[in-house]
Amino acid sequence: MVRHYLVLAVKVLLRRKFFTFISLFGISFTLLVLTVIAAFFDHALGPGQEEPRQRRTLYMERTLMYGPHSTSGSSGGFKLFDRYARDLPGLERLSLHENARTVHTYLDGRKISSTLKRTDDEYWRILEFRFVEGTSFGTADVAEARFVAVINVATRDRIFGGWPALGQTFEADGQRFRVIGVVENVSSLRSVPYADIWVPYTTAKTDAFKREITGDWSAMALAKDKASMAAIHEEFNSRLLRVELPNPRDYQALVAPFETRLATFAREMPLADRKDPDSQVWRFVGLFTLLGLLFVLVPAVNLVNINISRIMERASEIGVRKAFGAPARALVGQFLVENILLTVIGGAVGFVLSIFVLQGVTDSGLFKYAHLTVNLRVFAYGMAFAVLFGLISGVYPAWRMSRLNPVQALKGGSR
Amino acid sequence: MIQLKDIEKVYRTDRIETVALADVNLTVAEGGFVSIMGPSGCGKSTLLNLMGLLDAPTKGTVQINGSPIASYSDRAMAALRNRDIGFVFQVFHLVTDLSVLDNVQIPLLYRRMSNADRRTHAEAALDRVGLSARMHHFPSQLSGGQQQRVAIARAIVGKPRILLADEPTGNLDSQMGDEIMSILATLNREDRTTIVMVTHDQQKAAQTSRIVRLFDGRQVN
Repeated sequence: MVRHYLVLAVKVLLRRKFFTFISLFGISFTLLVLTVIAAFFDHALGPGQEEPRQRRTLYMERTLMYGPHSTSGSSGGFKLFDRYARDLPGLERLSLHENARTVHTYLDGRKISSTLKRTDDEYWRILEFRFVEGTSFGTADVAEARFVAVINVATRDRIFGGWPALGQTFEADGQRFRVIGVVENVSSLRSVPYADIWVPYTTAKTDAFKREITGDWSAMALAKDKASMAAIHEEFNSRLLRVELPNPRDYQALVAPFETRLATFAREMPLADRKDPDSQVWRFVGLFTLLGLLFVLVPAVNLVNINISRIMERASEIGVRKAFGAPARALVGQFLVENILLTVIGGAVGFVLSIFVLQGVTDSGLFKYAHLTVNLRVFAYGMAFAVLFGLISGVYPAWRMSRLNPVQALKGGSR
Repeated sequence: MIQLKDIEKVYRTDRIETVALADVNLTVAEGGFVSIMGPSGCGKSTLLNLMGLLDAPTKGTVQINGSPIASYSDRAMAALRNRDIGFVFQVFHLVTDLSVLDNVQIPLLYRRMSNADRRTHAEAALDRVGLSARMHHFPSQLSGGQQQRVAIARAIVGKPRILLADEPTGNLDSQMGDEIMSILATLNREDRTTIVMVTHDQQKAAQTSRIVRLFDGRQVN
């Protein structure tokens, strides 16, 4: 039966070339946009090469202090994590890193700008970089504040002309570092692993940061297992009540939750309640789903209209099928097969287009080192969108058509 | 086989009410070959649609094989149509995008049957109407008479006990019309298929075993 439906669907689509083109254009464009957005999300927030342990890692990137009249948002301070997070129950590792910032290297009269991140040795144990030379800095390097650095391939190319850099020195931010490792470039869209240069945090010019509750630091907490993640979140929140806030007259509460990667992102989105330490993911998912549905709604309604006229043209066929005993369910199934075929073709076209668009974005260099690709997961999202789209835009016309009175249908479809 | 009792069919719009059928009482026995005659607009096709369960009467009861249809759900009626009733229409109503073979298989799609069985049945039905050689053609490649023969093959492929034909020769020249009548007569004689046929043509009606005449929605004999 499905073969019969598919044969008919292909013939109808080929016969009505203009309708087919309009439908395919709407579907593929919509799916193109959705697939590109999904690729961005996947690239920025999914468990990528450098974050293989993301599923049991919690992140703390933004704090919020508030009182009756004031609120203040910033990253965390070193002291906040150092004093309150190191011995959290269920914690396997804790890593702190200063937010990446731009530093300059002057070489033969040229100014080379790079992004530098000061961090600790645990950073390299939680994350997983691909080293092309040397290795990362260890506990002793950090403890003894050795001026060593890991750089990425792009920085090696810019500073050392692409030659092996191990053991070479370079100046950044007015300090001279010795290269002990070179890693593959990491996309700037992945905020935690991304940098051009990584150095031990103890090489900072001042240690004033060690006394700050809020500041320019973020933390990664690797839980022993998934079950420990909630305990880490809860315990740190309860410890925050004991934190002495820098300006207690203005601020009485501090929100600084350890959260999943998606939750840290969701916290910064519209509609998120930043004063609530609990996950804001559901609000984000709700908002995103709503926007997604609205975005899909316009072409879907359009497709519904096209489908209705396309289907009503075939009223006599519907009349014949009903006369010969087609139950409503079979007719709905037939037209859904047609519609899903159309949307899957549209999905495939949109998918191929999105490969080109993502390649264009990658080539444009708009996002440093970002290599956006449509991977299998995104492909699955795309196809799921396509099928959902097919269902959304096909169910109503198919249902309406299946309810046609057979006599009216045989006469041409007007009720 | 088919029993219509005190049938009335009224079409209502916002402004007017049209009585299409009134006081119709008709019984068609199993194996009968009945023609319905009357001027245009007298309710012939409406009557055929009621017998075929394509429409419901405003008043009265329709019984097929002794069961009153009013109590049937849409699904049960669809199943009954699929199993027991075949239709032949004046304008053939073939699906232009499907081959002759696929058109003939349509009623079998709604039965539990393998593709191979469906195909075998459809080929046999086409053989009966003499169109085996054209099974891979499309309707537009056939003459009117051939298209109507395909429509008959489609109507009989499921071996229904009742065949309802709405002016099956109305769009055909006399020779083709005779061919179609000959096929219907054979089905009635050899398979004991009960046939009800709407026609304008006195000569064709004379080939059936009984003529029912309608005028302004009422039986006149």
